[in-house]
Amino acid sequence: MSYLELRNVSKSYGDGAGSIEAIRNVSLSVERGALVAVMGPSGSGKSTLLTIAGSLEEPTDGEVFVDGQALSTMSRNDKARLRRRTIGYVFQEFNLLAGLTAVENVALPLELDGMSARMARVAGIAALEELGLADRAGHFPDELSGGERQRVAIARAAVGERGLLLADEPSGALDSENGEAVMRLILTACHRGVAAVVVTHDAQLASWADRVVFLRDGKVIDQTIPPPTPESFLEEQPQPSPNR
Amino acid sequence: MSVQHALLALLSEGPKYGLQLRQEFEESTGEIWPLNVGQVYTTLQRLERDGFVESDDTEEPGPRNSFRITESGQQELSTWLSTPPDMTSPPRDELVIKVLSAIKVPGVNVHDVIQVHRRYLVELMQQWTRLKEDEADFDLSFALVVDAELFRLDSVVRWLDSADGRLRRAAVEPVVVRTTPLIRRRLVSRR
Repeated sequence: MSYLELRNVSKSYGDGAGSIEAIRNVSLSVERGALVAVMGPSGSGKSTLLTIAGSLEEPTDGEVFVDGQALSTMSRNDKARLRRRTIGYVFQEFNLLAGLTAVENVALPLELDGMSARMARVAGIAALEELGLADRAGHFPDELSGGERQRVAIARAAVGERGLLLADEPSGALDSENGEAVMRLILTACHRGVAAVVVTHDAQLASWADRVVFLRDGKVIDQTIPPPTPESFLEEQPQPSPNR
Repeated sequence: MSVQHALLALLSEGPKYGLQLRQEFEESTGEIWPLNVGQVYTTLQRLERDGFVESDDTEEPGPRNSFRITESGQQELSTWLSTPPDMTSPPRDELVIKVLSAIKVPGVNVHDVIQVHRRYLVELMQQWTRLKEDEADFDLSFALVVDAELFRLDSVVRWLDSADGRLRRAAVEPVVVRTTPLIRRRLVSRR
């Protein structure tokens, strides 16, 4: 069963003639352990799709299911709990709280969900350790590099028992090496069973995904087929050209 | 790719046998480009004829012959390494020609044509990225070769994205018709 499913989802802003349809009749499903990338140019509806999938916005039409639950049937409190416990967000601008250390940032969603400060800190340190940031736990965001900040943001998004990770241009401001590191971390979360959606305009980032969905003018226009195994792909590569 | 110069680079480390060169060539390219033995010995013969390598004896090149680079070969290798490949003229890229042709063909939606190629390239990139995921941490040469291919494919996807956007804008803006080969004129004037 899909962990995240968008069924015929549309979203409009404004009324009447001035109404803008950001996404139109989009259907998308993501299994546990799968990484799906949504590619499209600016204004194609990528970020709107992500905010609706994460229950930060409500669709005008259609239905969103997370872990089998229809979001439209949930109360505001239930949705808030779902966001705290089940869904992790990663943004291009990291969105870390400047007054909190790395571990405090990571532990915050657990504390907000009622976990004791001590237990949340232990879980936060474990999440940072997994991303190779244990020695930076006590540093504030402005003492970290861009790549480290994004790793803290991913630790915050994946901490606890979250099943869904949503990332909006997660390596937008990073160089290609740090961008690759970010995608490897998201993939590691997927290998633990997390379902992940990454929206991006960057083909190199998207190529880490199991499936790439192409969005244009708010509609899904195409998607890739699952890639073959590396061995069979290598066998198909051309031989060196004749000597010059 | 110049197998000739890649073999010279391997010989610059010291004398080697043909089979050894084949094995080291494949390792140095992350085993992405396999090389057959016949190709190695044909190339070595040519390098010997040009005075860039010497072998142990005068017999036909074979598994018992050891090869070493000559001074002239070192010079050739050094010149090749520091000479940029000729990239002054745009290549006759088949994909570019397909997109330019699609604009002209009645009944063909150029954006659909672009998407077909975009999807194909991203699928290729997924395959290369999978190789990197499994292998790259263990082999530096392999990681460099895979990265080179990913950046090459990525640049084509970027061009397709740019062309897609430019064509959409052109559809709602007046088109300027030119009769002179502007690119050629500009390239010449900047030299």
